Amino acid sequence: MKKNLRSLRKKSELKHKERGKRFSIACLLPSVFGVVLFFIAPFFYVIYYSMIDNPINREFVFMDNFAIVSGNAAFQQAASNTLKFSGIAVPLAVILALMLALMLNSRIPFRSQFRTFFLTPMMVPIASIVLIWQVLFHFNGIVNEMMLLGNMTKIDWFKSDYAPIVVVILFLWKTLGYNMILFMAALSSIPKEIIEVASMESARPFQIFWLVKLRYLSATILFVTIMSLINSFKVFREIYLLTGDYPFDSVYMLQHYMNNMFGRLDYQRLSAAAIMMSIAMVIIIGVMFLTENYFGRDIEG
Amino acid sequence: MAKLRRQTRPLTKEESLERWQAAVKKKATHRKRVSLIRMLIFTTVAVFFAFLFLMPIFLTITNSFMSASEISANYGQVFATSDSGGRVFISERVNLKFIPDMVSFSQYETFLLRSPDYLIKFWNSVILVVPIVVFQLAIASLAAYGFTRYQGRIKEMIFFLYIILMLMPYQVTLVPNYLVSEFLNLLDTRWAIWLPGIASPFAVFLLTKYMRKIPTSLMEAGQIDGAGEWQLFWRIALPLCKGAIGSVAILVFIDYWNMVEQPLILISDSLYHPLSVFLSKINEAEIGLAFAVATIYMIPPILVFLYGEDYLVEGITYQGGIKG
Repeated sequence: MKKNLRSLRKKSELKHKERGKRFSIACLLPSVFGVVLFFIAPFFYVIYYSMIDNPINREFVFMDNFAIVSGNAAFQQAASNTLKFSGIAVPLAVILALMLALMLNSRIPFRSQFRTFFLTPMMVPIASIVLIWQVLFHFNGIVNEMMLLGNMTKIDWFKSDYAPIVVVILFLWKTLGYNMILFMAALSSIPKEIIEVASMESARPFQIFWLVKLRYLSATILFVTIMSLINSFKVFREIYLLTGDYPFDSVYMLQHYMNNMFGRLDYQRLSAAAIMMSIAMVIIIGVMFLTENYFGRDIEG
Repeated sequence: MAKLRRQTRPLTKEESLERWQAAVKKKATHRKRVSLIRMLIFTTVAVFFAFLFLMPIFLTITNSFMSASEISANYGQVFATSDSGGRVFISERVNLKFIPDMVSFSQYETFLLRSPDYLIKFWNSVILVVPIVVFQLAIASLAAYGFTRYQGRIKEMIFFLYIILMLMPYQVTLVPNYLVSEFLNLLDTRWAIWLPGIASPFAVFLLTKYMRKIPTSLMEAGQIDGAGEWQLFWRIALPLCKGAIGSVAILVFIDYWNMVEQPLILISDSLYHPLSVFLSKINEAEIGLAFAVATIYMIPPILVFLYGEDYLVEGITYQGGIKG
């Protein structure tokens, strides 16, 4: 009798579990359906498109589109501009944000107010702020006025090789607060005992930072770098709003190239470019994960 | 230090104690002074950065209170050149003023009463963003529950796929989005922006991270008390995630309020464009108005920010733990 009851209970438990499992899968369905429909399934279509000559003929040409795209001067310009931009903006975004976070984590007055101030740009839509940027960096704008005062020649910021600088500044203005919050959270999660031990062993503040804190921050540094990198790819938005459809060569980014392809309905090249970008992205992120694993290997958590 | 000094005779107990105390005191005052100096330097730098960060916002707001004539007197040439494309040489300088000579609400009046265009575009922004935020969160919180309960290898793999998708830049995801919208005949309608936005994996990722921190014992306790799976989700998991849902909602909202690329590519009819796209197409006669519109456009996110800064910070912090 007792045995029977136990097995019965076990059975009902199993049934319960089975039902629970089914429910949890049902919960996933809407989201998975959406993701498959809008991101994954069409991605295979993109792969297909990248290997045919045109949507009407549909002849299989394998790597031709990739060759055409990568040989295209505009694409090369766009890729090198994007790389250059990210190469400047991302390290700056990481290092400056870390500095700000360290500053706010030390003992200074009005910490929470400063945090609010640094975070505000993140909330402000870029479209609202480009007007002021145009005024500041105009040929007769205030920045050039200040440069004249400093005995430097005026620079045509938007239509010269200096244009990326303006965009980098706007990019930093927008992203530093976000990165800073990530670093602040990571800094405050470093176990205090370890820092205390280090300072008892008479480590200098710099040593504590370099040998202890940085090790604990490595995962966050990785994440901030990846996020900044992704955001730096999005910088088309800023450039578009600042300079319109036809920017100066030095700020002609990959997204501009893609937009042109959209405009010309050239899906094959578009797909080829998208695939090349995603491969590049996967490689970059993979390499960063590996580096982080190497540097943060002796820290758990 | 004292150890190294050569001693002619052994110190008495009192003497060594005295020396030790003096050394400690000296070190303490030195440390105090250093930390005071450091604090001063840090505060100055922080003030400097705060100025840089806030000045553009402040300028936009104050400029929106200038009358049209004051604006054109100050900035007339700025936009004359940038619009025509070619560079026109202008000898006059552009004035940058922090405070308007006379506070005037005329720009806002124009915005509200005399130019329906801007109001329509503002409404476009609202109608594009709000459904995305609401439905993305609804679907995402369900999915997060699905990822949290009964984890298995397949679910882990799907979740990993979500992370990769989340990390892909727009340039990559926009192409598939475009193809599907074309296939489903959604191009040039709002659905082309709504549906991919709602399906976006970002909120799923963040909410799952949060929901997995809920101890399983809570769920089990609910089960023993006879709650069904739906009740476990609705009565236990969801209320515990309230904070996370708030912070994700803020992050999604600012992301889409700021969108430019999607409408630009997916909607060719500029009548349906949100204000963020339209603002950049303002012509030179209306710069003053542009400042007012820009100010109004940043009011909703700023209000959200003032109300939910802590949620926002929490949300960002959760994003940070991407690996764990």
